[in-house]
Amino acid sequence: MLELKNISKNLKTFNLNDINFHVKEGEYFLLLGESGAGKSILLEIIAGLIKPDKGNIYIQGKDVTKEKIQQRAVGLVFQDYAIFPHLSVFDNIAYSLRPIKISHSEIQKSVHDIASQIGIAHLLKRNPNSLSGGELQRVALARTLILKPKCLLLDEPLSSLDTQLKKEIRSLLRTINKLGQTIIHVTHHYEEAIALANRIGVLENGTISQIGTPNEVFSHPKSAFIANFCGIANFYKGILYNDNINQPARFETNGISLYVSTNASKACGYIYIRNEDIVISNEKAQLSSRNELEGIIEDIEPLKEGFEIIVNIGIKITASITATAINELDLYMGKKVFLYIKATAIKFIC
Amino acid sequence: MVMLKKTSWFLIIAELLGGLVLLFIVAPLIGMIFSTTMPQIIETAKDKQATDSIWLTIGISITTTIIFGLFAVPLAYLLARKTFPLKRLVLGIIDMPIVIPHSAAGIAILGFISRDSLVGKTAGLFGLNFVGHPVGIAFAMAFVSIPFLINAARNGFEAVPERLEKAALNLGASNARVFFTISVPLAWRSIVSGIIMMFARGMSEFGAIVIIAYHPMVTPVLIYERFNSFGLSYARPVSLIFIAVCLVFFILMRWLSNYKKNA
Repeated sequence: MLELKNISKNLKTFNLNDINFHVKEGEYFLLLGESGAGKSILLEIIAGLIKPDKGNIYIQGKDVTKEKIQQRAVGLVFQDYAIFPHLSVFDNIAYSLRPIKISHSEIQKSVHDIASQIGIAHLLKRNPNSLSGGELQRVALARTLILKPKCLLLDEPLSSLDTQLKKEIRSLLRTINKLGQTIIHVTHHYEEAIALANRIGVLENGTISQIGTPNEVFSHPKSAFIANFCGIANFYKGILYNDNINQPARFETNGISLYVSTNASKACGYIYIRNEDIVISNEKAQLSSRNELEGIIEDIEPLKEGFEIIVNIGIKITASITATAINELDLYMGKKVFLYIKATAIKFIC
Repeated sequence: MVMLKKTSWFLIIAELLGGLVLLFIVAPLIGMIFSTTMPQIIETAKDKQATDSIWLTIGISITTTIIFGLFAVPLAYLLARKTFPLKRLVLGIIDMPIVIPHSAAGIAILGFISRDSLVGKTAGLFGLNFVGHPVGIAFAMAFVSIPFLINAARNGFEAVPERLEKAALNLGASNARVFFTISVPLAWRSIVSGIIMMFARGMSEFGAIVIIAYHPMVTPVLIYERFNSFGLSYARPVSLIFIAVCLVFFILMRWLSNYKKNA
């Protein structure tokens, strides 16, 4: 549906190099990257607001690289919504329809239809200055969707909203996508990717370093950057030893040795362990896990769901645990505990 | 708890010095008001030469501001939005009329529109001579006052977030529609400020105008002539009336721009 081929742009602060990806019709494609990685620039390139130095953009098979902004039929919703402050909500939404030769009643109907769909029909007479962030976001969406864009581009659409509003807008975006709208969404929050995306593209050092479903990207991050970026707290640098064919490989970091299931031979690299793959016990237990570690609880932090336990085993290691488990095990700071980690749960990246 | 209010000598001195500056501006004007009698003002208000001159000055200044504004506002937009080679030089050229002596500016304009020049010869073909003509006065007014409009409008356009213009383009608007429906309405207050400044500066111009056209006589030239021919007491009433008219226009235009903002 939308394809970027070898898009490059040289900017003063950073470069975009050979960006390639393909978004399917009706897909929710999410571009994940750090702040300042060039995600917004990439959206503006797709929209035609910035010209790429190299490469081509295809929409429904047609090369639109040199086509005017107005003719691309790509709707961009800016991070700060870019609602026209001097126009009412109605006039903001109707802005794109005014030059088209359609009757006043048709404009009225189109605006009311889209406003009802987005849930802002009651705001049409209001001045944008009196609207909340969530309402402005909905106005921006309605104003863009009224043009029936072939592809909807969203620049950090949830970044400045509170938790409740985020939930509402996420649900709205899912509904819009289910109605067949192709969406490209850029963000630096991996939670948004899990909640919304069909596929994720990771933008790293000005290029796309990995593309896949959320499960593929988060379960098998291709680089240290992605693992770190995806919020995996247990991430260590060290050396892998794989000299005994009867034993799993060993990874040594800061004097700690861990069994790792990998075919890689001796190498410097990183391991990462997902918080939820670590089992905590008050006593030594007979488990299939190859790694048994003893440590002291340094901190207990409440999360939205459950708790994060930081245990010092010579290195700090973070485990996720439910509130029920924390009560049953009677965990507290300073307590000695045992950690169990399967060798297959430790991923090695070189 | 008792709050101790410390005396700041710096603030007291600053207030004192500031007060002296204000007095310096206001005192001559108040002095002029008290030195002019009501019968003198009434007599001058009935004086056709004085009233004709005031209307002529206002008329030329308004016309000049409107016509040159049509060129100046789009230029200000380009200067705010585009980068191009030698942009700093262009900005310097725009500010030049503010710093050069206005009598020298008058000489330059006279050379530009006199009968020997290309402009003068072309106008001559239509039986026009800009020297000693309201059009010549308009040129002089525009020359010295146009930087005020360009700079104010440029500041106004620069303050309009570019994202709003990008959003409008993305919504299918042409560049012209973006300019008229987004950029100008949002920069409107600065543009109006610039219009007021250009209009007021044009109306008060003397140095450049007196070289281009002694007649028809704009009010600053009339004041100068009355002072030269009859002395201070004859120049005062017309000066006072002209200042009052300028202030009325100034307040009216300020009120209009604020009214637009609050509407």
